Amino acid sequence: MKAFAALFAALDGTTKTGAKTAALTAYFRAAPEQDRVWTIAILSGRRPKRAVTSTELRIWAAEAAGIPLWLFEESYNVVGDLAETIALVLPPPSTTRDVTLTDTIKAIIALTGLPAPARQARVLATWDALAGDERFLFNKLLTGGFRMGVSQGLMTKALAAATGLEETTIAHRLMGNWDPARTDFADLIAGDDGMGAKPYPFALASPLEAEAATLGPVSDWIAEWKWDGIRGQLIHRAGAFAVWSRGEELITDRFPEFAAVADFLPMGTVLDGEILAWRGDAPLPFAALQTRIGRKVVSKKALAEAPARFVAYDLLEVDGTDLRDRPLSERRARLEEIIAAMPAGLELAASPRVAGFDWADLARQRETARDLLAEGLMLKRLSSPYFTGRRRGDWWKWKLDPYTVDAVMIYAQAGHGRRANLFTDFTFAVRDGNDLVPFTKAYSGLSDAEFAEITTWVGKHTLERFGPVRRVAPELVFELAFEGIQASPRHKSGIALRFPRMLRWRRDKSVADVDTLAELRRLLAASGGPPPHPGDI
Amino acid sequence: MQMATPVLTFTDRGIYCPDGDFYIDPWRPVDRALITHGHSDHARMGHGSYLATHAALPVIRHRLGPITADGIGYGETRRIGGTVVSFHPAGHVPGSAQIRVEVAGEVWVVSGDYKTEADGLAEPFEPVACHAFISECTFGLPVFRWAPQPQVMEDISRWWAANASAGKTSVLGAYSFGKAQRLMAGLPQIGPILTHGAVENVTQILRDQGYPLPPTTHVTRDVTAKTHPGALVIAPPSALGTPWAGRFGASDEAFASGWMAVRGIRRRRNLGTGFALSDHADWQGLNTAIRATGADKVFVTHGYTVPFRQWLETQGYDAGIVATEFAGDDADVVDDESAVS
Repeated sequence: MKAFAALFAALDGTTKTGAKTAALTAYFRAAPEQDRVWTIAILSGRRPKRAVTSTELRIWAAEAAGIPLWLFEESYNVVGDLAETIALVLPPPSTTRDVTLTDTIKAIIALTGLPAPARQARVLATWDALAGDERFLFNKLLTGGFRMGVSQGLMTKALAAATGLEETTIAHRLMGNWDPARTDFADLIAGDDGMGAKPYPFALASPLEAEAATLGPVSDWIAEWKWDGIRGQLIHRAGAFAVWSRGEELITDRFPEFAAVADFLPMGTVLDGEILAWRGDAPLPFAALQTRIGRKVVSKKALAEAPARFVAYDLLEVDGTDLRDRPLSERRARLEEIIAAMPAGLELAASPRVAGFDWADLARQRETARDLLAEGLMLKRLSSPYFTGRRRGDWWKWKLDPYTVDAVMIYAQAGHGRRANLFTDFTFAVRDGNDLVPFTKAYSGLSDAEFAEITTWVGKHTLERFGPVRRVAPELVFELAFEGIQASPRHKSGIALRFPRMLRWRRDKSVADVDTLAELRRLLAASGGPPPHPGDI
Repeated sequence: MQMATPVLTFTDRGIYCPDGDFYIDPWRPVDRALITHGHSDHARMGHGSYLATHAALPVIRHRLGPITADGIGYGETRRIGGTVVSFHPAGHVPGSAQIRVEVAGEVWVVSGDYKTEADGLAEPFEPVACHAFISECTFGLPVFRWAPQPQVMEDISRWWAANASAGKTSVLGAYSFGKAQRLMAGLPQIGPILTHGAVENVTQILRDQGYPLPPTTHVTRDVTAKTHPGALVIAPPSALGTPWAGRFGASDEAFASGWMAVRGIRRRRNLGTGFALSDHADWQGLNTAIRATGADKVFVTHGYTVPFRQWLETQGYDAGIVATEFAGDDADVVDDESAVS
């Protein structure tokens, strides 16, 4: 754990990307090989299964620290991180032990299935043998949710520097669902001959902030709808048919309707596209698709109510040849050829091009995106390669302006991690006659300075405390932006917003100026009242 | 024991003693103010007269300008109305005091800000036996546990030395009164120590008072990384990340504060490096200090008052909360150690 803790300290001790890359590169050259594999796994979100619940950890830690559980919870509210709270409240260790990261993770995996007293004894013994960062990191591994301020791109860069391989090669080899417990470093980095069912790293677009006209001649671009589904890759190679989500989750079995595609799609083909719930010639709302995501076994009813379709944007591999360096114009033409040659009745289509004779024409069509349940337009340069990750310049998301509403803050709660001890999570209300009706929460959109100012304000204007939540005087008004609105029987207001965030703090407005529930209901009716998205609020 | 009027009462101007007709660290103008120490949330402008330790007065005068003030020695007693008052070392910053008030044999003590570990510069904390103790609790949660000062100083000097050998200037954020001087006095002389104006002013005053402080150079226009290679720059936290700090070219910034014990707070300030060094008592320190007073009545103020009061109740104390100006609780102390300038 010492080498891993030193790496963590080096990464955590700087905000400079160059220094982080250097620390990671040095680690990937020198650390024990299996530790490298686990580090890659952790940094790319592949962590061991949770063997201990957070409730157990809280109780054990409070007991070991000799404090009541409520005091542990108060401390957690201030620290904002369970692993760190535990590391801080425990007394200093009575011994120290030097074990590798791999041994530590193996010990965590071995906890699974043990009876609670045995797990408790092992966890307590480990706590008592680790100090400082090592104890904190052990807790992080135990609790999951581990972020070390290292993006996949930065890790890839460091691995490339440490191994002398190309970044894109590394990025591709790290894709898919390899198991760190059964993969050694050489195999992981060397890859194998056939790519099996491995997806390619997704190319990601950036939001277009400038005027579209600044992008040059419209004829250099392809425009298509920005669909509101699940981005995915469909892979058909010898012995492998796979559908991957952008989150690198293998979802082949959740969408049995695509299986028939394998019978006709030429061997050695990889498509990038959007999985949508689709009926006739139009998509269904995202909520319909959500009924398909959560479950591994798909019922006949779900299949009938929310049939899925793969709407392809791009062609990444044909006849087993990687096409990603070819221009989009060529990839797109070959994609359309392949799909045109497929028989009718398959749940596969090419995403239609949106033709526009100039930018103003495209802008007009973009305004109609919500009629198709799309979020706007995607603009892609015809000469662009299929790049790895996010790269500005060639691919843009040209989304519709969000809806907005003025609302007053009524509850505030401290954030977590970097935002611990700072009030950042707010509940907002609109007016309904003389009442204020809570209707959404929002966490983002303000600057650190504004959050700090609001935190001071909350301290002075708290009316009531409910654990970490403060009821505050209804005085601060914010303009909230959101992407959609749905009816929701689960919420007191009867509505749920999609992607709500704070657009700006309206210091010029008072609670008398906030919008009304009636206005939100009108908006709901005008947007066709699609069913709510569970988990939005 | 008299129970009719308490020795101290809590008003919207601050802590008040009816028998002596004076206030302790009041936040609104009053006729007579007893001041525990010179930080701006304790020594405020506009009072008719001030009483503080001889050691605290120079900084208070520097910060408040012309005031009517009287000094008192540590342990010296003074009759004010029907009370006997004395000041005792609080170990917080040079000159800081706890204030003991005795009325007809009943003793109350106001801690002001304090820390229990001797820092080599401030007059070390002395427990004062009392019936009722009014304690700060800036860091009144069990997650705050300070490492011994020598260990923190070693961490800081290692950071300074590593920067110096990499050709970088070390810029260390520290409150200009107290923390800044504690650092310069406690660190080995690895290179020159440079100071921001706010730090230099207070340093000079304390040096003139006879506190043992190493030589420092006030940063002026001609002071650069070239003229002072391998330097440690001590500046108020507000100067970090500003063009003022940018003048040293290749540099590394850090912040020395008890709040740096929490990773989230450090990251929010966008600081790579933080050193958990506080002029307030940690959890153990608070509990030890309270026990040492022998008081059975404890009032808590400044900090995590709600949970800390509740904790004291579970420990058998009769505990209450003294509200500060801003219905004070944890939210007030997000960025500074008790919002010290």
